[in-house]
Amino acid sequence: MVDSKKQWKAWLYLSPVIILTLVFTVYPIVNTLMMAFSNDYILAIGSRQGLFYKGFGIDNFKMVLGYQGFMTGLKNTLLLTVITVPISTFLALLIAVCLNSIKAFNRLLQTIYFLPYVTNTIAIGLVFSTMFSMVGVGLTTENPIITTSGIINNVIELFGGKAINWVNEGSSWSANMFVMVVYIVWNALPFKILILLGGLQSVNKQYYDAAKVDGTSRTRTFFRITVPMLSPMLAYVVITGFIGGFKEYSSIVGVFGDKMGPADNWYQMDTMVGFINRNIMDSNAHEGKASAAALILFAIIFAVTMLNMYVSKKKVHY
Amino acid sequence: MKVVLQELTKIFPSRNKKGQEVVAVNKFDFEIPDGKLIGLLGPSGCGKSTTLYMICGLQKPSSGKIFFGEDDVTELSPENRGVGLVFQNYALYPHMTVKQNILFPLQNFKGADKLTKSEMLERAYHVAKLVQIDELMERKPSELSGGQQQRVAIARALVKMPRVLLLDEPLSNLDARLRLQTREEIKRIQRETGITTVFVTHDQEEAMSISDMIVVMKLGIVQQIGKPQDVYDDPINLFVAKFLGTPPINVFEGKVKKGKLIIGKDTVLNITGVEDQDVYIGIRPEGFIYDEEGPMHCALRNLEVMGRDVSIVSTNEASVNPIIRSIVDADNKINTASETVSFSLKPHKVFIFNKETEERLRFEVVAEENSKATKSTKATPAKKSTAAKSTKKSTAATTAKKSASKTAAAPKKTTKKATSKE
Repeated sequence: MVDSKKQWKAWLYLSPVIILTLVFTVYPIVNTLMMAFSNDYILAIGSRQGLFYKGFGIDNFKMVLGYQGFMTGLKNTLLLTVITVPISTFLALLIAVCLNSIKAFNRLLQTIYFLPYVTNTIAIGLVFSTMFSMVGVGLTTENPIITTSGIINNVIELFGGKAINWVNEGSSWSANMFVMVVYIVWNALPFKILILLGGLQSVNKQYYDAAKVDGTSRTRTFFRITVPMLSPMLAYVVITGFIGGFKEYSSIVGVFGDKMGPADNWYQMDTMVGFINRNIMDSNAHEGKASAAALILFAIIFAVTMLNMYVSKKKVHY
Repeated sequence: MKVVLQELTKIFPSRNKKGQEVVAVNKFDFEIPDGKLIGLLGPSGCGKSTTLYMICGLQKPSSGKIFFGEDDVTELSPENRGVGLVFQNYALYPHMTVKQNILFPLQNFKGADKLTKSEMLERAYHVAKLVQIDELMERKPSELSGGQQQRVAIARALVKMPRVLLLDEPLSNLDARLRLQTREEIKRIQRETGITTVFVTHDQEEAMSISDMIVVMKLGIVQQIGKPQDVYDDPINLFVAKFLGTPPINVFEGKVKKGKLIIGKDTVLNITGVEDQDVYIGIRPEGFIYDEEGPMHCALRNLEVMGRDVSIVSTNEASVNPIIRSIVDADNKINTASETVSFSLKPHKVFIFNKETEERLRFEVVAEENSKATKSTKATPAKKSTAAKSTKKSTAATTAKKSASKTAAAPKKTTKKATSKE
């Protein structure tokens, strides 16, 4: 125990972190709560009406849940997360196991697989939107020009398929969704591969030798030994994947621009973070609604994480 | 099931092109008799584990053949050989209970060998009882002590009824007391199951105490094969003599000159059968007899009392080791005030080795002047290359030698008694 006279020193050394946490974490959280539960709170320049101007209540939540835009964001977010997390985790596991079992080019391949992680999200988004694009400006006009230019459509046409409007004006929600799933899965792989590969390399080789002596088939070895041994890493990857999925925003901006959808259908690919952001940044900003939406998002993430923890407590071997 | 190793060789390629390849095991020739417990013994890096893994099938020999009974299994993968392997750190699956661990090998059976659930359970509980862990079946390995984990590992290896059981350093992860207990346990399990068992160890005491036969290896080459007592009593070279025995053998630089075995200035024995030359002389700690008129003189350093015995620690300038340790009966009244201590030697505990080759030179004791009758018998000079085959021969030789040395030592005892009475 530190001598009580010297305790001020400990507090002094801790102060930078404490101050930063208070300013950038504690105060915003408290403020968010107050704004969310303050009826019709608007922080517009010059017209500050103040907290609890119209009283304390849940009007903001009611409003937010009533918006079509919020529901679109919620639906898109949930779908993207639920689809991409299992796919990317499974693919990452597959790739990690393959990478772990080959010796040649191991380092090189690891580097290649890790590249998306160090590349700028917006830049990747631009590349994706170019790859999936279809030059046909004015598809909704009377005389649409349909020429394909994106590499994906080129490949489809090479195999005799019909070019699909993935991301351009007039593209459907499901096409947009497909592009985003591909993008997010691809973007999520490197981190997951890295974690799982690290896990695989720390598994004692003797378990595999023991399984081999006992004549265990490869699939059985994989499901009865590799997966349980990796379960802590898998749980980590899934939980962080869900959290990241619910916060999906910049990837959609990267592909579709800040209107989060094709030119003729803004906010078709809106997400929850997108909705919150718009309610803070737009000209008719409404911070109360943004705060309420943020709290709803927090509640969802919290609930899903708790569920994950509950499941992993039963299944994960540490 | 007997196991035959024929000129088994394992060569590991070098890491870089310039480096030399490593011969881990060099022409291992050995027939392991059915139902015996064999200890592969040697310092680390001598190729004993590699040999075990080759028998197991986890490593492929570079050349040579392995037979289980009459079947050539050299090319077979581990699962087709019917071997059970217990790993050094047990390699129990940590996420499974003891029961699941033991059942795991059985669940791999395919086709005609496939067992029903109740058959599996029956077999699992049968081996669990054998190794006395049937109370622990629902626990996880992390909830078990080292010794219990060891038993689970043995149970897992035994449950599929292997033809050969292999143990890799089975006791090295256990504390000293548990080690004693577990090695008895291994011996008991082996005897009860009658499965041919090979285990690897670097601990000579462990190997000697439970093996039916030991194989001493050095740098991939088999030095000597035989019953533990025979190898101890009749080492083929200096390495084997030094490797076996605790406390280790005392080694001296000495020479043979005109039928006299000389250490420093002392003529310790009169011998024949060895030409005049410089030699290494190895004397087992128990080969010394405390004898104030004995021919060998050492500078007394201290005594270590062990109850039953006394260990006399002394020095001698001819000694290769910094100290000489001799173990004598505690009944001896040792004069601790004296600066020197004198010994006479038990001839059968004295080994002479060629200074260059470190091979054993066999000698015959010429009894001391008072007994003129020759008490020695001819010892068969064993050749290193025929070590494996000459086990029986050398056994015969040892027994012959033993009787000889007993008689040779007898007159000394009487003289000693006489002196002490005076």
